[in-house]
Amino acid sequence: MSEPASATVPVVDVADYALRLGDDALVLSQRTGEWIAAAPELEEDLAIGNLALDLLGQARALLTYAGRVDGSDRSEDDLAYFRDERDFRNCHLVELPNGDFGRTMARLLVFAAYQHELYTGLTASADETLAAIAAKALKEVAYHREHAGAWVLRLGDGTDESRRRMQAGIDAIWPYVPELFESDGLTTRLAAAGVAVDPAALADPALGFVRQILAEATLSEPEPTPRPTGGRRGIHTEHLGYLLAELQHLARSHPEAEW
Amino acid sequence: MSADSWPLWEVFVRAKRGLSHVHVGSLHAPDAEMALRNARDVYTRRGEGVSIWVIPADQIAASSPDEKDAYFDPAEDKVYRHPTFYHVPEGVEHL
Amino acid sequence: MYGNDFGTEAPEIAPDDPDFLAIIDADGRIEPRDAMPEAYRKTLIRQMAQHAHSEIIGMQPEGNWISRAPSLKRKAILMAKVQDEAGHGLYLYAAAETLGVDRSELVELLITGKQKYSSIFNYPTLTWADMGAIGWLVDGAAITNQVPLCRCSYGPYARAMIRICKEESFHQRQGFEILWTLSHGTEAQHAMAQDAVDRWWWPSLMMFGPPDAESTHTAQSGRWGIKRFTNDELRQRFVDMTVPQSEALGLTLPDPDLTWNAETGHWDFGEIDFTELFEVIKGNGPCNAQRMAHRRRAHDEGAWVREAAAAYEAKRAARTSEEAVA
Repeated sequence: MSEPASATVPVVDVADYALRLGDDALVLSQRTGEWIAAAPELEEDLAIGNLALDLLGQARALLTYAGRVDGSDRSEDDLAYFRDERDFRNCHLVELPNGDFGRTMARLLVFAAYQHELYTGLTASADETLAAIAAKALKEVAYHREHAGAWVLRLGDGTDESRRRMQAGIDAIWPYVPELFESDGLTTRLAAAGVAVDPAALADPALGFVRQILAEATLSEPEPTPRPTGGRRGIHTEHLGYLLAELQHLARSHPEAEW
Repeated sequence: MSADSWPLWEVFVRAKRGLSHVHVGSLHAPDAEMALRNARDVYTRRGEGVSIWVIPADQIAASSPDEKDAYFDPAEDKVYRHPTFYHVPEGVEHL
Repeated sequence: MYGNDFGTEAPEIAPDDPDFLAIIDADGRIEPRDAMPEAYRKTLIRQMAQHAHSEIIGMQPEGNWISRAPSLKRKAILMAKVQDEAGHGLYLYAAAETLGVDRSELVELLITGKQKYSSIFNYPTLTWADMGAIGWLVDGAAITNQVPLCRCSYGPYARAMIRICKEESFHQRQGFEILWTLSHGTEAQHAMAQDAVDRWWWPSLMMFGPPDAESTHTAQSGRWGIKRFTNDELRQRFVDMTVPQSEALGLTLPDPDLTWNAETGHWDFGEIDFTELFEVIKGNGPCNAQRMAHRRRAHDEGAWVREAAAAYEAKRAARTSEEAVA
């Protein structure tokens, strides 16, 4: 593993960026894991287990890098278990409750489509570590978006009930989509240095993929519903607090312990 | 079959280049694409394969165990098909 | 591996049919459409199905701790383990299906309580240390039972067990490692580990079933190569294997009568209170109702998804045949 490519890029910027990506993956892995032992069929239990494991692997790689590159020497566990709500940098979309299987696949479709474009761009990052992480993750999320796409198709164009539920799922998560494609000072600086990918540039290709699936699934794209964002600044929905309480409780009860 | 039942598929995996596909088991899936996906998750998540075939179980034609004698025995007495039938003099290589 | 031969059902023969017994006595394998006694077929369906049900229900007590695992590495390992259990259930249902029953029938029998699953999964996982205890003791007991099944006379079951045993080896090791880390950690961690072992030891011994004297099926299952060793033999094997491991862990087993018998070369252990086992099997254990409710809910809530997928394929197939005709 190496140092960030450009000497003019502050390491805290790179760490913050890695945290955003890592927290996204960690929180979504936590949500996805909730389906284990509860999926609609045994084969899907296995598939969803793989999705959760892939996302967890991405989270671990990104968090480990974040804690190392800024010189703070915090481990993946320090970051996952001992940061408070306001220090998490994930987007709102991933912290939402799963809802039913339709809503879960709606969220996965959009997020995996976003990650696919994100990691595609990052494989060319000037930061060698991010590029390497992206190359491995890209193979995984290619599969995730195909999997989610296959389900959205079948649920959208299955029975009347499944179309109703699938549309409801899309409608429920759609207001949280714009946040994925928001640029800010950090991403602008890092994109200029060739380290990060500008989120705004990902919107067309990512949503293009999603729209294609929606059309084939006989689903409609919801009207835009603006809502406040803020995940990247640590302003979250009320859901994150509960998620973190469950995730962190045991580790925090024994702060000096090893597991 | 009820409205929510999925057919049975048989799964064949080629473990690596140079080997043929081998039957590894079965699973339930609603269609071929999902059957392939599921087979990948169920039967190759430890890197056990480079290629997967899936086929609906009811598409397979099988010989019957009852016919065994008629079907397979005639091959047994044609021993000249086996290399061990032939005597090769000592010292002759590459045969 | 499961050789799902299709077409007509296997012809029925007498339980002591000489050709059938000859295959078994030669340590050969009975394959799906071979002639077999109806009782052999029924016994195997029931045993494989209940083994599969156990794997599926077993996902719940361990799945409980995925969201709360105290490190990301432990979370990943636990997720992979529970995922393996789903896979094992799937292999076993597939093996059962080779005998002419559909998985959905078997799931129905589980959900309506007509088929059982291993009693051990009716106990609650109260702390993180339970993950260690389950991996070490419960998986250890399962492995003791499973290794002989790799030589079961029914081909598909034996092959499923070989696959399962290969995957299972990491399960027991990770449980042992969890307990070792806890035992050598803080005082609170050590106490957590000891408490878990104290709660899981006796139920693990009960996994092997009632004593041989009270066990009804063993003789016939033994003759047919389904069961190679008796309940008591396997239970003793498990105890002998586990006691030295407990010493390595620095944890005690909650049995004051546990003593090494130099004459027999085995560990003598205290009397098991089998009334607890029978109560749990009857449905009166700590978690029976909860486990079944969870399974039922997952099944019911998934119905609309399964129906949708079937409907989508039906529509697609209809479109394809219309196009073919046109």
